Amino acid sequence: MTTADATQTRSVLSDPGVLVPGPGYEVSGTVERYRDTFNRTLRDELDRDADVFIMGEDISGGFDRDTNEPLDAWGGPFAATKGLVQDFGPDRIRDAPISEAGFVGAAVGAALTGLRPVVDLMYFDFVTVAYDQLLSNAAKSRYMFGGQTKVPLTLFARSGGGTGHAAQHSESFYSMLAHIPGLKVVVPSDPYTVRGLLASAIRDDDPVFLVNDKKLINMEGFAPDESFAFPLGKGRYLKHGDDVTLIGMSYTSVVCKQAADMLAEEGIEAEVVDMLSLSPFDEEIIVESVMKTNRVVIVDEDTPRASMASEFAAIVADKAFDYLDAPVKRVTGPHTPVPYNKGLETAFMPQPDDVVSTVRAMLDGE
Amino acid sequence: MRITKEKLRWLYETMYRIRRFEETMLEQTFRGNAMGVTHPSDGQEAVPTGICAHLTEKDWIGSTHRGHGHCIAKGLDTKAMMAEIMGRYTGQCKGKGGSMHIADFSKGMLGANAIVGASVPLAVGAALTSKYRGMEDESVGVAFFGDGATSQGVVHESMNLAAIWDLPVIFACENNQYAEATPAWYAVSTEDIAARADSYGIPGVQVDGMNVFAVYEAAGEAVARARAGEGPTLLELKTYRYHGHFHADDPKKYRKPDEEEEYLERDCLKHFEGLVTQQGAMTEEELQGIRDEIEQEMQDAVDFALNSPMPPIDELYSDVYVDYSNPLAGLR
Ligand SMILES: Cc1ncc(C[n+]2csc(CCOP(=O)(O)OP(=O)(O)O)c2C)c(N)n1
Ligand SMILES: [Mg+2]
Repeated sequence: MTTADATQTRSVLSDPGVLVPGPGYEVSGTVERYRDTFNRTLRDELDRDADVFIMGEDISGGFDRDTNEPLDAWGGPFAATKGLVQDFGPDRIRDAPISEAGFVGAAVGAALTGLRPVVDLMYFDFVTVAYDQLLSNAAKSRYMFGGQTKVPLTLFARSGGGTGHAAQHSESFYSMLAHIPGLKVVVPSDPYTVRGLLASAIRDDDPVFLVNDKKLINMEGFAPDESFAFPLGKGRYLKHGDDVTLIGMSYTSVVCKQAADMLAEEGIEAEVVDMLSLSPFDEEIIVESVMKTNRVVIVDEDTPRASMASEFAAIVADKAFDYLDAPVKRVTGPHTPVPYNKGLETAFMPQPDDVVSTVRAMLDGE
Repeated sequence: MRITKEKLRWLYETMYRIRRFEETMLEQTFRGNAMGVTHPSDGQEAVPTGICAHLTEKDWIGSTHRGHGHCIAKGLDTKAMMAEIMGRYTGQCKGKGGSMHIADFSKGMLGANAIVGASVPLAVGAALTSKYRGMEDESVGVAFFGDGATSQGVVHESMNLAAIWDLPVIFACENNQYAEATPAWYAVSTEDIAARADSYGIPGVQVDGMNVFAVYEAAGEAVARARAGEGPTLLELKTYRYHGHFHADDPKKYRKPDEEEEYLERDCLKHFEGLVTQQGAMTEEELQGIRDEIEQEMQDAVDFALNSPMPPIDELYSDVYVDYSNPLAGLR
């Protein structure tokens, strides 16, 4: 896709590539990079609510030694927040020292007392530095204090391999967050869904973690001009088909779609389900699709043990067992850290070919 | 301060090796031969050099994302380092770690670490081992970390632990005054990082990190204290990175030219060369001889790396556990 035919009006519901249970109908929008949609959605939410502010390392990046003015030299990791400090000032685009436990905890405190903090945690791996604040404070405060309070906190970070960042900067441990009661987790897969899910995350009164696979950041797609809230906990179909269900999340939804296109050339019609939310998640769409196709392959870049892939497989076993014509298959990363070497890293990540060969083996086995 | 001729040579050789390694590795990164992100440390050479000059292979160091200088000063092989950065099987970690995770346990190098602050407690742990074994090897732990890392809770916890247990640790804070684009004056609450030592009841010393002799002297005292069982020291080494935060970062967006020039003027190699030739301790010919040798070494390192094989795909699955096939194999 190119940006040449940038602004266009299309029916979101009738577009075969974008079967979205969203606002639907005629939507005017733009074809743009995921990162640009992300940036302008943050801007919309900052405009919309004066209690929204963003904290993170180098989200503006740098200060003039003489005037103390923010320089916006980095504009956040992958330029996610570029240009925001000029319009919203350093109080609302707040650069933080490298103190993840401290500023995530402070964000929880600010949320408990009326603000709506948005935290950029940079790389998903750094979640673990702040994990205690997420688990013990953000997620549990409402419950353990008997519903007295709420934590309208949003966090986001970049996940996944593919950039040669090696073991400590390539995590996809979604299930480590989805496992936590009280925390919500969303994984948009294109500009359209990040536009809707980032807005929902910020407007939601519970803590919501939005995970961005790095491989999505420079991808282009259609995004509505107007801001809208995509429902949390809802998946969508990226393609309909009768032969097998491919379930993806974040970038693996792209992988599933690529695999489905390859399978279509062989006459195999795969249905692609893009989960979009991991907690809560859309059980119905999984069950509905598997009841129709009777076969399912779940594709997850995370390591397999106690993963989202395993969780979805459990739902299929529980709620659609009688409809299955083949064992549930998972295509995931191996039970290893992410290696540095490009060949090994590529082998780590689920590829369209892996999905295609899994489907073939499944159909051949019948 | 008295320094043997041999040591003098080592100081220069090591600083120059780091400088040329970083320049060579950057060139290779831009040619697309590195497989990922690299963080050059040129400008900061005097720090690891002046400190590691007091260490042996029995001492342990913890390192950072900007770790090539620490590795070289601790005696790691530049061939295996270059091969690691190029993701080769002959690399220091079989190509599985990369620039941010170079390690050599046979040389007392606990690994470069890409989680800011995370390697600091490892050096404390190494010192704990040493003390636990009655200081039989007299080994000490050195934690290298940046000004940015001083904002991490674990760094403070580590200093407190080392202080209450009188552990032989040197906390070596490389204050290059920036953490990515963020200046230390914004992120660090105190004027001097060394002053924070007071709150742990340990000595804190601020050192000119562009002057290898100043680093050598301060580190000598800290290491001697540690070996003598007198506990940890915090060294704040004021230094500067010449390049951006990582290979593709442009530091001009957040640093002023006069500041960059000031540090280039005080360059550690220039300073060393001026001093030793002026005082007649080394001749320009000797220095040139060292430079020529290292030039060749860099060429050899690049050739070695480029001609090395990639790791076989099976390496993806190895090393997760001591022995994956037998879960009890690691017990003794
Ligand atoms: C826990 C964690 N947070 C953030 C980062 C991203 N990051 C990598 S290096 C760096 C700056 C580190 O600054 P400093 O400690 O001064 O070291 P320097 O880069 O100057 O050598 C940051 C924020 C990280 N790697 N780990
Ligand atoms: Mg620094």
